[in-house]
Amino acid sequence: MIGITGFGGYVPRLRLSRQAVAQANAWYAPQFAGRKGTRAMANWDEDSITMAVAAARDCLGAAGDRRRVRGLMLASDTLPFVERLNAGVVAGALTLADDVDAIDLGGSQRAALSAVAQAVARVKAGGGSTLVVAADNRKTLAGSAQELEYGDAAAALLIGSENVLAEYLGGGTLSVDFVDHFRSAGEETDYHWEERWVRDEGIGKLAPKAIASALAQAGVQAGQVDHFIFPSAFAKMDAQLAKACGIRAEAVVSMLTDQVGDSGLPHGLLVLAHLLETAKPGAHILLAQFGSGAQALVFRVTEAIGSFRPARGVSGWLARGAEERNYTKFLAFKGQLALERGMRGEQDKKTALSTAWRHRTALAGLVAGRCEVTGSVHFPPSRLSYDQGKPLQDTQKPYPLADRPAKVLSWSAEYLSYHPAPPHHYGQVDFEGGGRILMDFTDLDVGEVDAGTAMEMVFRIKDTDERRGYTRYFWKATPARAAAIPHAN
Amino acid sequence: MATGIKDKVAILGMGCSKFGERWDASPEDLMVEAYTEAMADAGITPEQLGAAWFSTHMDDVGTGRGGTPLSIALRLPNIGVTRVENFCAGGSEAIRAAVYAVAAGACDIALAVGVEKLKDTGYGGLPMSTVGTYIPQWYPNAVAPANFAQLASAYRTRHGVDAALLKRAIAHVSVKSHANGAKNPKAHFQKAVSEETVLKAPIIAEPLGLFDCAGVSDGAAAVIVTRPEIARELGKRNLVTFKALQVAVSNGWELQSSEWDGSYVHTTRIAAKRAYDEAGIRDPRKEVSMTEVHDCFSITELVTMEDLFLSETGQGYKDVLNGDFDAEGRIPCQIDGGLKCFGHPIGASGIRMLYELYLQLQGRAGARQLANPTIGLTHNLGGQPSQNVCSVSIVGLEGA
Repeated sequence: MIGITGFGGYVPRLRLSRQAVAQANAWYAPQFAGRKGTRAMANWDEDSITMAVAAARDCLGAAGDRRRVRGLMLASDTLPFVERLNAGVVAGALTLADDVDAIDLGGSQRAALSAVAQAVARVKAGGGSTLVVAADNRKTLAGSAQELEYGDAAAALLIGSENVLAEYLGGGTLSVDFVDHFRSAGEETDYHWEERWVRDEGIGKLAPKAIASALAQAGVQAGQVDHFIFPSAFAKMDAQLAKACGIRAEAVVSMLTDQVGDSGLPHGLLVLAHLLETAKPGAHILLAQFGSGAQALVFRVTEAIGSFRPARGVSGWLARGAEERNYTKFLAFKGQLALERGMRGEQDKKTALSTAWRHRTALAGLVAGRCEVTGSVHFPPSRLSYDQGKPLQDTQKPYPLADRPAKVLSWSAEYLSYHPAPPHHYGQVDFEGGGRILMDFTDLDVGEVDAGTAMEMVFRIKDTDERRGYTRYFWKATPARAAAIPHAN
Repeated sequence: MATGIKDKVAILGMGCSKFGERWDASPEDLMVEAYTEAMADAGITPEQLGAAWFSTHMDDVGTGRGGTPLSIALRLPNIGVTRVENFCAGGSEAIRAAVYAVAAGACDIALAVGVEKLKDTGYGGLPMSTVGTYIPQWYPNAVAPANFAQLASAYRTRHGVDAALLKRAIAHVSVKSHANGAKNPKAHFQKAVSEETVLKAPIIAEPLGLFDCAGVSDGAAAVIVTRPEIARELGKRNLVTFKALQVAVSNGWELQSSEWDGSYVHTTRIAAKRAYDEAGIRDPRKEVSMTEVHDCFSITELVTMEDLFLSETGQGYKDVLNGDFDAEGRIPCQIDGGLKCFGHPIGASGIRMLYELYLQLQGRAGARQLANPTIGLTHNLGGQPSQNVCSVSIVGLEGA
């Protein structure tokens, strides 16, 4: 049996109020006045890579059990690098083995489903468990409908053959060059064609073909589908499609539109990961997504479903949202508003790539060195261990810190340096079991931390070298809040 | 067995530029200003100088790199000039090198000069410094106020001090220094401030407000040192001699073990113990007449009082509020106004501190002169509390 053996998701903490956007733009685009709810909004230090890492950690849990991942597929239409393996950055952050087969996929809204199909094939061919991660950090034009409809999120599925939670039954694909929207290389935002044509000639005619093909391969009747997932920015498109395909109306799954918006490429997997938290054994799930054709996958939930819980789960991420009513903050975080940075914002962020390579384990994976003799933990790792003035040489072994509980020893929040979201919070963080790092804090409110506050680690953008177009990543501390990632032993 | 530096070297002369926003002056002008005063005070000619040490931190404004900037600015007679750089302790390091050279008999008379022209960097505070290729890839893009402000959060936790009370105590540190600086014509800021002004100032780095931070100033200071017998041959009396010159540098313990609680500065305690030992001081609270400490931020000064063993651990905030370190207190601190009123032209600060002690010990401090001081202590802290260079220097009247 091959199928889903783990699932997880990620929704950024910030949720932009649609009403706040509509109010700010009412002078220009009054047609959006009635919009309700929120859309997920990536923080300034989040992108598709960091959100993919967050979703993958949600799926995989603590670091100890990651050797089983033999393949990594990162699907996104908003990858920060055109040339540099984005999945390689994710693999490093997850401390996957160097011989993992990692690839980037994209180009259509259904690329995440293509990745799942490829992962199934890979497992079938004996390639071992494969992690599929999908993420999008969507850029839109100010005052556009997409600004309100889109959202930023990520999802992850582990595909394998042991302890399968949802068996893969079959899939169907239609690859045609139906261009409902496009984004040329180097462009940041999409160009769209007329909605009614997209809906009637595109989705309405093409998606049923892929769905029919998938159901046929799976040997499942449309009427047997218990959960139908079809992301679309068009209202009730999923219900119309279900009706056209003979799927029961009650099978149509809520698309999280009111909280997240449409996160694009990862949205199908995000909703699936959310559904799997409560799915019952025996339930048939049909997941379809549209884009340059259409793709559909059919799963049947197994008895094992109750044996797995993601670290926080999509519902956990949804619950920890913080409404953001500041529209200019959204624009600034998306790079659409040039704010005064002061002289400290002129600092050159050139990265020494040789240094980054030499220290890749510490930087990408937050791996410290633990002295085998004294047990003292050093970050960054070093050849000499601190030991009461009698240093020991070459006694440190790799010791991952990313999943260890931590707390604040000391902190401050300053308004002097340039920071995209002032005040700039940082401080000394102590890890349970040893290790101390002076590090940046993120995703927190003023007054939320003090000495002793429990923190957890998140993989984020450290700096962006705008002169050379390079993004640098590292780990930051954020208040642990509820449902912390389980402790790694 | 090392015997220490006590009374082996005397100050022959000192000079200090006016500190402030010296828009009219180049770094060279500032060096000349301090040097000219020091040479006149020493009563010697350039040919009598055997060697020089030059302290400057930033290379942004052309005073960094090598010994030539000092030698050319002062037209020195081709003597050896060495640039020393050890963060904010650079000035004290230049003194240490000059004093050691004289004590070793390598030369008879040595010069130490420190300068920094911060106002030519264009920043309202200190500019960001470059820290190599690895650290920026993981370390916060941290600024000094937030690094030192962390002392406050850890101190509050360790000693259970109410945040508002600690804020008031550190406000008093600044109020006291401004009151002192108001009597010093060479200080950048010569105006007293009220506690209310300090408490209500905009926050720079929680919980430090604008008046909890040292000023940003240009300045230079110079010292000429020699052996006591040479000073006497040159007609000097009431000699001020070096009692101790100690530097302690972090080795990673603070940031790489869980033993340090972040509420104090480990290296200051080590340097202070060594310095008291070298100077033969058994009870610093009774024997030290005055201090010039590294008040880069008001919380630093408060914690330093404990680290120098002038207050009990955890009691410093009470002593500060009691006025123990005011001009009329039991051990006056920053009688010249401190970094608070002189600003912190990094390379110059250590020598500027010594300048005040020298004047005080010789009874030449004018309106701010203390009654009969015999022993003074300077303290510098470079880097940040968790990873730093600390210097503690003690000077006093010969035989004290």
